[in-house]
Amino acid sequence: MSNPQRGAVEFRSVRKDYGAFTAIPHLDLKIEPGQLVTLLGPSGCGKTTTLRMLAGLETPTQGAILIGGQDVTRLPPNRRDVTMVFQSYALFPHMSVFQNIAYGLESGGLRASEARAAAGKGLELVGLSGLGDRLPSELSGGQQQRVAVARALVLEPQVLLLDEPLSNLDARLRRRVRTEIRELQQRLGFTAVYVTHDQDEALAVSDRIVVMKDGHIAQDGTPRQLYETPASEFIADFIGEANVIGCDVISVEADGARVRVGSQEIALPARSASTGAAKLAVRPNAFRVLQSGEGLAGKVLSAAYLGDHFEYEIDTAAGRLFVVDGDSTTAAAPGADVVLQFRGAGVALIA
Amino acid sequence: MNADDKRLNRLILGAAAALLILPWYRVRSGFFGFGWLEDVISTPDLWPGLVQAVIGRWQVWPVLLLVAATIWLRIATPSGAKRGRTMIWIGALGLIWLAVEGLSVGTRGWNWGLLEATFGEAAGQPAFGAGAIILGLFFTCMISFGNAERGALKGDAFILTAISILILLVGVFVFYPIMSIFTGAFQDFDGSFTSEGVRRNIVDPRIWSLGCLTGGYCGVAWRTFFLAVCTATATTALGLAFALVATRTRFPFKKGLRLLTILPIITPPFVVGLALMMLLGRSGTLTQLIESGTGWELGRWLYGLTGIWLAQVLSFTPIAFLVLIGVVEGVSPSMEEASQTLRAGRWRTFRKVSLPLMAPGLANAWLIGFIESMADFGNPLVLGGSGGVLSTEIFFSVVGAQNDPSRAAVLAAVLLFFTLSAFLAQRLWLSGRNFATVGGKGDGGTHSLLPRRVAIPVISLVSLWSLFTIIVYAMILFGGFVKLWGLDHTLTFEHYIRAFGVTFGENGIRWTGVAWNSFWTTMIIALIAAPLTAAVGLITGWLIARQKFPGKTIFEFVLMMSFAIPGTVIGISYIMAFNLPPIQMTGTALILIVCFVFRNMPVGVRGGVAAMAQLDGSLDEASLTLGANSGRTLRRVILPLLRPAIMAALVYSFVRAITSISAVIFLVSAKYNMATSYIVGLVENGQYGVAIAYSSVLIVVMITVIGGFQLLVGERRLRRRTTQQIAREAAT
Repeated sequence: MSNPQRGAVEFRSVRKDYGAFTAIPHLDLKIEPGQLVTLLGPSGCGKTTTLRMLAGLETPTQGAILIGGQDVTRLPPNRRDVTMVFQSYALFPHMSVFQNIAYGLESGGLRASEARAAAGKGLELVGLSGLGDRLPSELSGGQQQRVAVARALVLEPQVLLLDEPLSNLDARLRRRVRTEIRELQQRLGFTAVYVTHDQDEALAVSDRIVVMKDGHIAQDGTPRQLYETPASEFIADFIGEANVIGCDVISVEADGARVRVGSQEIALPARSASTGAAKLAVRPNAFRVLQSGEGLAGKVLSAAYLGDHFEYEIDTAAGRLFVVDGDSTTAAAPGADVVLQFRGAGVALIA
Repeated sequence: MNADDKRLNRLILGAAAALLILPWYRVRSGFFGFGWLEDVISTPDLWPGLVQAVIGRWQVWPVLLLVAATIWLRIATPSGAKRGRTMIWIGALGLIWLAVEGLSVGTRGWNWGLLEATFGEAAGQPAFGAGAIILGLFFTCMISFGNAERGALKGDAFILTAISILILLVGVFVFYPIMSIFTGAFQDFDGSFTSEGVRRNIVDPRIWSLGCLTGGYCGVAWRTFFLAVCTATATTALGLAFALVATRTRFPFKKGLRLLTILPIITPPFVVGLALMMLLGRSGTLTQLIESGTGWELGRWLYGLTGIWLAQVLSFTPIAFLVLIGVVEGVSPSMEEASQTLRAGRWRTFRKVSLPLMAPGLANAWLIGFIESMADFGNPLVLGGSGGVLSTEIFFSVVGAQNDPSRAAVLAAVLLFFTLSAFLAQRLWLSGRNFATVGGKGDGGTHSLLPRRVAIPVISLVSLWSLFTIIVYAMILFGGFVKLWGLDHTLTFEHYIRAFGVTFGENGIRWTGVAWNSFWTTMIIALIAAPLTAAVGLITGWLIARQKFPGKTIFEFVLMMSFAIPGTVIGISYIMAFNLPPIQMTGTALILIVCFVFRNMPVGVRGGVAAMAQLDGSLDEASLTLGANSGRTLRRVILPLLRPAIMAALVYSFVRAITSISAVIFLVSAKYNMATSYIVGLVENGQYGVAIAYSSVLIVVMITVIGGFQLLVGERRLRRRTTQQIAREAAT
């Protein structure tokens, strides 16, 4: 009974109000089976609400939610084929690791012995065999996190939901665990919806990123698309840092547009731009910082040394720019005159 | 067959069984005695609903019709929103019909003259019995299951049913009695409408006179109000003093002070009055000491408002202390530290920062003291003398020679008005003004010590008052061993033997003591009531803390409001409501149990809400996403984690059932007498020795129960909550 749509998720014109406050005005979103899709955005953007509606923990005010082609809008969480890894892990503190993992299996009517066997496999999956009899409080943060993942995965859900699963881990562990989650997802091929406010995390794990702002989808695409061709100032600034500066589009052709910034002219992908004034998102590392030469002239306002690179704030005709320079070995002093040259990458026209 | 159909099947089976097997009407000898089984054939009143309908009780026909409609609905219509709506209609109609026919037809026919004039004579009917009650539950479930099929609350039938049944219970056991007071006020002895009694009482100068302002005598309403204001002020001031000493001084006996907080929980409410009488009454120890020393004649000053006030301050200061410890500790130390770094000295910090931050907490403690004083019954009963307060006046207007229900109703309404106003002030005006919050973030630092000029008077006050309290309690323990207090101080076990004597005859142990009967009744009733109270309270707490449903705030508000209804009012309302059909419970143990459950439920609710607040909400969500339904989540995740809270709620409701008097005194019967009302009876007969001995035994029993509980729970691994905390939550 393989369902071709197994694992597919669809939000159809979903709206969510909390009393007079509208958290999500209108959301249309489709998620392909087997993908890891990240909902990314600042706090209050509606990403967690979206996830909770998918889990069944919130009910949409309007619209429909489909999982695997079936309308689940009014189904309670326990009748939906999704499981969730909570930000706090929500491991039941009075149950052992085994009992925690077997809990969902037993809820589904599995016999205790079968549940135990399946739970054992789940533990093995996350590399914690042998720790089954411990209480959650006797595990480290990273181990607890893996138990939470195992507990959700043993039910073999169509969709696994992860609500900021790494936010309670320290920075080093975070990198390792996110790799593990991604590997598991690739290996087992389940659909995953991942909520985070950390753009690095989103870029690292996702097949596709949905950036949300004020309940709307601000942009939706692969990590690469988002970083290289941000659709708006908000995206440009949210996914990595960016300087937004004014420019003139001189000409638009099939293979690209020519854009002038100050005295410099560069060629960029056109992206539906038209000639005239436009905005440019420039990554901090898109410049070479030179003592003299062709380019955008500027004056160093402040400089900081960060080990493998320098950070400058530079006043130019195009405005104040934040520039990261990884080439130089000596810093330009504040007050010094410098010239900025485009490297060619890390610049995009904003629609 | 889907879940909706299965659920409905079970419901229909239950209703059908109730109609076919269970007696429709109340079994006089008690349903659970099962003695009635022998007489079923010969007694028509014991026949089940279906038979009652056949022999011509037309009241049952609509019920049968609605059940039949349900069966047809189950067969003819698939589950879904449409069937759900019809089910809600059936349920609502059924409940309304039961209420209407139950209230209209009494034991001797129509209850209201108007109905008799319209429809002619009707045969009387007894009160509802097991069959009718099950059908009432059936209709309630129809409403909730119907809502579930309509998809309300995501179709969670468990939660919907819990909510519906709770609303039904609160309606029947809290609102219906209160309404009965008001209808009772407007009824003549034969049941016809009259406003004469109300008119006479509402202008009665004995209630409303303000004569004392001009040197005369004030009405009982104002006297009670005045007393409550004085008590609230004194208990708040003393409570604050205790709280400050306990948290912000180097007072050496701080641990001992905290022990004080258990006192109000374990002391039956009139015991302090009794001890005061032995100390300061006409032949009291201290009175005699002073009189022989100075030659003055002290007289009967203790009997009246002064004495009641003293007893109430002694009784309720620990409650204010309990509330204010939380308030004083809740003021963030960093606020005070910030103030000190801003060049403010300790005195200025205390006056300008600490006190203002505590102000809402102080107001809260004051209102609690006000309500407690208004509702107090035990102390005025013992010390009231000729001039009583509202609660005792209510009592005497029904049990005494007066027997004037409309007077009792008017007085109860006045008392209710005062306490509910205080409650509303506490809820509406104070809520949201609380600055003293203990956040989740670790707030470093410690509370600064009190400035000297505050510390010295406060410590002396606290020491003196503690000494007084200790003497009072020593009197209680000691008084039981003295032959005749004030006259003959020979030590004796006589009182204990009289109360708790046991002889070993040829038939085994014989409980010859006079107290055993009421003692065992009390224990058994308290043991039955405690788990019910805890269950109802915690489930309600869970619904309030965790579930979202329309009308939740009103639901919570109404539940909490029942806490502000004085026990005396509850007692009188239960008599008025449950003395006659449709629900007849007076004279049974059941009415006592029900009274305890609904009187103490708010404590369980608060305990439940507070405990639930400590449990991360994602735990329930995790359980739901792992495929468990609400019932399983409650059973497997919430309840195990709440075990300490459950234990605390159990112990607390047990102890409160033992110590309460105000409502109980109306509801006890010769068969089911409770310890407290028995002791009050002893006091009224002047048998102080036995009364004191019995009270000491009760106190010791409760100390044992609470102490044992603390030992048991204190070792728990996950989290612990003490009786103190529970009591504090109950009080705030």
